[in-house]
Amino acid sequence: MKINNYYDVVVVGAGPAGSTAARYAADKGVSVLVLEKDREIGVPVRCGEAVSFEGISEFIEPDAEFISAHINKFLLVAPNETEVTIDFEQKFYVLNRVLFDKAVAEKAMKAGASFITNAYVHGLIFDDDKVSGVKFSYYGEEFSVKCKVVIAADGVESRVGRWAGLTTHIDIREMEGAYQIFAGNITVPDDTLIFYFGEKVAPEGYLWVFPKGNDKANIGLGVSGEIGKTKSAYKFLNEFIERKYPKASIFSAVSGGVPCSPSLKKIFAPGIILVGDAARQVNPLSGGGIAGGMMGGCIGGEVVGEAVLEGHPENLREYQLRWDNRLGKKHIIFNKVKNGIYDFSDEQFNKLAKSFSSVPYEKRTLGKLIKRALMNQPSLLIEAAKIFMMD
Amino acid sequence: MLLIEILPNKCDFCGTCVGVCPEDAIELTDSTINIVEEVCTNCSKCVWVCPIDVLVFNKEKMKDNKNEDK
Repeated sequence: MKINNYYDVVVVGAGPAGSTAARYAADKGVSVLVLEKDREIGVPVRCGEAVSFEGISEFIEPDAEFISAHINKFLLVAPNETEVTIDFEQKFYVLNRVLFDKAVAEKAMKAGASFITNAYVHGLIFDDDKVSGVKFSYYGEEFSVKCKVVIAADGVESRVGRWAGLTTHIDIREMEGAYQIFAGNITVPDDTLIFYFGEKVAPEGYLWVFPKGNDKANIGLGVSGEIGKTKSAYKFLNEFIERKYPKASIFSAVSGGVPCSPSLKKIFAPGIILVGDAARQVNPLSGGGIAGGMMGGCIGGEVVGEAVLEGHPENLREYQLRWDNRLGKKHIIFNKVKNGIYDFSDEQFNKLAKSFSSVPYEKRTLGKLIKRALMNQPSLLIEAAKIFMMD
Repeated sequence: MLLIEILPNKCDFCGTCVGVCPEDAIELTDSTINIVEEVCTNCSKCVWVCPIDVLVFNKEKMKDNKNEDK
């Protein structure tokens, strides 16, 4: 494929955030090049793959091609194995990210964006203080491509933003080091997301078992760097698998980082914006990054496309304002709720599960569970209430 | 002196360590990892977040280093 020496916009990273940004920028009529460092879009899958209908439907029509399982229930397992099932009012999916990421990229391609893989970005080009291009290697050759705006969608590493002078690294207490297996011989219902809580299984977080259909599942967990000082995600997961699913066989295993923090204070600089995990646009309560990343990509792509057309690529403040209003402020509250819940002792989780079991099945909602969880923390309850009012 | 060690043939190149490194001292591609000695301060944050224990803080090397200083 021919690589030009100029594009209006260069996107670094072809995950859901980068591809969505590319699409909405291209929709405005500007030229877009997307550089993916891995050799295949969608691979490796560093993700539990669960997402809500609401989270993606604004950007892509849910399609059987990239959906592994249709979800309508949550099963929460307390440290003492008390189980609480919650019927979910909205639809969830477990995706096939290998195909989903390609479908999202295809949307951008159809809008006019060009993609290449195996392209490793290792530096930025500046005109005075404004970012004006990227340097990358591609099949042993060095390339410099100039542009009006760089969209950094380089995931959890978030190095591109740093090169532009932004602070992107986050505290180890907010970074979850995660390990996941995609395994067979896992007998679980195909319509239920399972979450395990407790000190022994997943301190300050949860362990997930997400069905992939036909006795296959993603099983994984993340622990913060603080917990990781004494025990890694890999060790926690192996203990759990030996105990709960001794017959599990592994199709693939991955590690990955989940930034469970509010989004970065500053996600733009002259000639550059950050989207997705790179901007820390993950929902810090659930650890889900697809929906937030696509929303960040959508807003970012639109703002960047407009800025290029209007001739002010150095001024991208609008992106920050729109992101903060759409999801950024919400994530700050989610983060507070997360901190409240993750401090729970095993005893508190057990009590909560027991008391929630007495709620009639048809009246259980995740919102009610969170409210009950925060009953003894009135200040957090108010914060939680704000989330629902914001909807 | 670099006291963080990368255990060979273990890294999954996931980038979690890069996301917490305050110095941007870790270079990662889809199949290589390198810590830039001149930039690294041995703060160990990368060691703590690594999900699969690829990075280790070498205490022996630190002791040797102190002995040499004396």
